Amino acid sequence: METNNEAEAKFLGYKRHDGKVGVRNHVLILPTITCATQAAKQITELVHGTVSFIHQHGCAQVGVDYEQTFRTYVGLGLNPNVYGVVVLGLGCETHQARSVASEIAKTGKRVETVSIQDYGGTLSAIAEGAKAATKLVQEASAQMREWCDFSELIIGTECGGSDACSGLSANPAVGVVSDMIVEKGGTAILAETTELIGAEHLLANRAKNERVAKRAYEIIKAMENRSILMGVDIRTGNPSPGNIKGGLSSLEEKSLGAANKAGKSQLNEVIDYAEAPTEKGLVWMDTPGHDIEQLTGMVAGGAQVVLFTSGRGTPTGSPIAPVIKISTNTPMFERMSENMDLDAGTIIDGKETVEDVGKRIFDEIGMVCSGKLTKAEILKQHDFGIWRIGPTF
Amino acid sequence: MIILKEENYRTIVMRPEDSVAVALEEIPAETKLSVTFPDKKTKEIIVKETILFGHKFAIIPITGGSYIMKYGEVIGKALRDIEEGEHVHVHNLEGVRGRGDKIVGN
Repeated sequence: METNNEAEAKFLGYKRHDGKVGVRNHVLILPTITCATQAAKQITELVHGTVSFIHQHGCAQVGVDYEQTFRTYVGLGLNPNVYGVVVLGLGCETHQARSVASEIAKTGKRVETVSIQDYGGTLSAIAEGAKAATKLVQEASAQMREWCDFSELIIGTECGGSDACSGLSANPAVGVVSDMIVEKGGTAILAETTELIGAEHLLANRAKNERVAKRAYEIIKAMENRSILMGVDIRTGNPSPGNIKGGLSSLEEKSLGAANKAGKSQLNEVIDYAEAPTEKGLVWMDTPGHDIEQLTGMVAGGAQVVLFTSGRGTPTGSPIAPVIKISTNTPMFERMSENMDLDAGTIIDGKETVEDVGKRIFDEIGMVCSGKLTKAEILKQHDFGIWRIGPTF
Repeated sequence: MIILKEENYRTIVMRPEDSVAVALEEIPAETKLSVTFPDKKTKEIIVKETILFGHKFAIIPITGGSYIMKYGEVIGKALRDIEEGEHVHVHNLEGVRGRGDKIVGN
């Protein structure tokens, strides 16, 4: 009988004009340059229903690094949780606000552009941005939630502050959810390439074809080569001191636990950082293990909701996508209930099976996608970080 | 050795070929306990030192330089001989991947 309920499971989302489905209805104030982030933040304080983020990017970037940052900005604007965007620039920067805005506008999404230099200073730009945002927020508020299918969802999966329980409880439970979403025709993103070093063969063996398998080995090799080129021991950064305290002894051990988040589905595609998947099913996005950079990449790739497992506890959240945080052990869940949404420690205590917790997480996704707020959203944890792959000039 | 305790602390062995078990609660030093393999076979181990929650101990003697297995996969190499029942962690296990520091010339 449970199976029937699951088959009929739907959630209340926002159907966008391009056929995509949002689970939130934000107006995004998108600063394309660090110089515009403070003005963007002021607009969010003036206008209800808007979100933004602070960052250090958008100028004096070149080549693939420029492109990756540009792709991230555009991807965030295109995320279906965003109704409309006010792109805010300074005026003289490399990442021009109008270039980002025109990419977003190509899809028919509502976009306005404001530049601090063009409008004669911070206060004038805030006023113009706030006026544009007000209009968009009112339009957004007129859109109602409708029943949507799980096949419309892209879920991001992530683990941070892992401990030895991560690979035993929360990550396998997220693997169950990932398989459920894939079975319903949706998309699950596995990421954190660094934290898959040592487990790549397990994923490559499940690849849809030779090309996908080859690409999986390539991105692992490129990530590992970065530590080799720098002449550093990757363990000085990963596993982290908290991971080691939690009982994880090597990156390989952490990776084997992290790979469980991908369930048992076939690996259909390997995509670049902040790139939108072109395939449904299980997709691997090439990101670093850094929690916030990974989260930003997945949300820029179109993830409407993110599952984040942690053994040590974490406050992480996104301005755009709800992040459901799942503890790997009960003592931490009780200690950090302010931040953690669900507990998978019941598996360690023998009170629930991995499948039981997987179903519980799936039900929570349905509620969160229909409007229930996560702890990170309530606490306005609007984290943002782009994976930089080149120096600033 | 004086066996101070003989209790069944909760532990987990992920695969039959693994060389370590994970403690699912803190185990005091010099405890004799029984670990259960996935095929339900059991083995008695004397845990030599305190093992914190989430940490690992050897369930077979491990020769220095050989691979250490968990999840049926390699999680690193033994830095020295490790006795059955010893704590296995960063002091006697080292990762073999992403080791730019091991490249000749650095």
